[in-house]
Amino acid sequence: MPVMLSFSRGVLKCCNGISKFTSRLEPCVTKLGMMGLTSPHRHYVTSLNPSHGLTEEQVAIYQLATDFAVKEMLPNMAIWDEKELFPVDTMRAAAALGFGAIYASEEYGGTGLSRLDASIIFEALSKGCTSTTAYISIHNMCAWMIDHFGNSSQKEQWIPQLAAMEKFASYCLTEPGSGSDAASLSTTAKRDGSDLILNGSKAFISGGGDTDVYLVMCRTGGQGPKGISCVLVEKGTPGLSFGKKEKKVGWNSQPTRMVIFEDCRVPASNIIGSEGQGFNIAMKGLNGGRINIASCSLGAAQASIEAAVDYVKVRKQFSKPLSSFQNTQFRLAEMGTEVVASRLLVRNAAQALQDDHPDTVALCSMAKYFVTERCFQVINEALQLHGGYGYLKDYPVQQYLRDSRVHMILEGTNEVMRLLIARHILSEWK
Amino acid sequence: MSLRVLVGVKRVIDYAVKIRVRPDKLGVVTDGVKHSMNPFDEIAIEEAVRLKEKKIAKEVVAISCGPTQAQETIRTALAMGADRGIHVEIPAKEVEKLEPLHVAKIMAKLVEQEKADLVVLGKQAIDDDSNATAQMTAALLDWPQATFASKIEKTDGELQVTREVDGGLEIIKVKLPAVVSADLRLNEPRYATLPNIMKAKKKKIAKMKAADLGVDTSPHFEVLDVADPPVREAGIKVEDVDTLVTKLKDAGRI
Repeated sequence: MPVMLSFSRGVLKCCNGISKFTSRLEPCVTKLGMMGLTSPHRHYVTSLNPSHGLTEEQVAIYQLATDFAVKEMLPNMAIWDEKELFPVDTMRAAAALGFGAIYASEEYGGTGLSRLDASIIFEALSKGCTSTTAYISIHNMCAWMIDHFGNSSQKEQWIPQLAAMEKFASYCLTEPGSGSDAASLSTTAKRDGSDLILNGSKAFISGGGDTDVYLVMCRTGGQGPKGISCVLVEKGTPGLSFGKKEKKVGWNSQPTRMVIFEDCRVPASNIIGSEGQGFNIAMKGLNGGRINIASCSLGAAQASIEAAVDYVKVRKQFSKPLSSFQNTQFRLAEMGTEVVASRLLVRNAAQALQDDHPDTVALCSMAKYFVTERCFQVINEALQLHGGYGYLKDYPVQQYLRDSRVHMILEGTNEVMRLLIARHILSEWK
Repeated sequence: MSLRVLVGVKRVIDYAVKIRVRPDKLGVVTDGVKHSMNPFDEIAIEEAVRLKEKKIAKEVVAISCGPTQAQETIRTALAMGADRGIHVEIPAKEVEKLEPLHVAKIMAKLVEQEKADLVVLGKQAIDDDSNATAQMTAALLDWPQATFASKIEKTDGELQVTREVDGGLEIIKVKLPAVVSADLRLNEPRYATLPNIMKAKKKKIAKMKAADLGVDTSPHFEVLDVADPPVREAGIKVEDVDTLVTKLKDAGRI
């Protein structure tokens, strides 16, 4: 297959003709030099059908996740929301399929898949229950943090249990006094012999009180990010307690509690990575977490637009199905376009993270803010298209809406995402 | 006793899709429509894999006669635990005209080539509902057949199969080698796991054409017309049973 390079106005083009090739890597020469493509992703077309643009293996993965979501999660999502149940058994069944530590390496029991694979999995599972999928993604993020930064004995001890979801994990960064200003966190971890004594509290912790393993960003050193370490604290450790279960608008299938440390003693060997590396670990974890959360929003939007399409074909007013009205058609056109744009942005960011692309942080931030905002609007429109029925809890769109609203806030508010993107744009990136 | 099991898997329109008749009224729309493995074939694969786990079977070979995309169906079977696949490539235009007899002849030929001991097929495909391939395959091979299986147990050199028939359940014994067709309640197919999907990529799928097996796939049937079922009419209320009987007689129903 010929690769033609044509130089014109300093822009190099790369042509390969056929877009269906799977295993050949087409090198693309650009102004920045050779970009080693690690997947055939860029040669495929992304569309409203989420399984377009995926390799054969990814299509099988997407299908598996969708089947699981539709059979095991969707019938229960309303009950989990209403009764605020943490669906431990269903999540363990998902973990048995390999969904517990998707992008942790196979070495200690992770599934060893890519960020893009994880994104399509969370997108598919979100149709079954967006809130539960979001928790699964948080659990995955924690497993990866241990897998990537932990030492071999920590990995040996925790990865197998987390991959199987025998134990559940929580990510503890936010505090009552530090949200967006995460680096100003004040939970301390003071050395006492070979131990650390933790004091402070964490707020809004997903899974808090029900999970077994807490990755706690706490201050072992001086002010600012460099004084922060990541410490693993197990439930049951004396001095570790929890606040009341928060009552939330959505995300009700996962408990949210304050996590409180009062002279909580943990061995210093529980530090993940090195002392002072905690903030870096937290942020690296969040890069992936942002793609995952965006993928959850995307999946919820996809499910909502599908529900809306089914509804408007059936519901009639003025003797015609709603789908024949131009307004309905225009709304759906806009919604569909937003969903495809979101999908492109998320998958691109996933690929960037996988490839350790220099613009990774900006791309993940773009994906997170754009997708969580636009997909929330899509779900909102889908609810509107359902008319009065959309407001009833008998229909799932309202739950997708309530569950996805918080995606604009956590794992870095969309405002912080804008800060990160602006920093990139104003820096020396050209 | 370690059996080599051949399992047929067919790529069909997904059960959840709303079927639409093609404008030429000679078939249904398949372009761009979601396809998946015939549900009864999923059950067949699951049973074969369970036989392997019980060490009754030593190898499970998944076979599909279909277009290029049939490979995806075979990969699904591999991800569920089949060891290797055989894809008998049928050009896209001819797929619709492929008949149970053609598939049975292909299966019989492959049984000879692969020296198989057991063939497990889904009882019928959800697109044509023929319910014929298993029976024809057994006849061509002159093997015993156990159709509509809802339970399979192995006894010495034989299979004891519970069949779901109109009258209830029938338990028969068939000598091996045999052909079995899987019914709905035989088992509940497993989800493939992510590691198995990844492993399936490395498993081999052999490709061949029907002609390579000496099978002629010229159709014996010609489809004359395909139409939607008639639109459901409104019912009518009747005053009493006598009127009901009269109306039924008038409609030729009794």
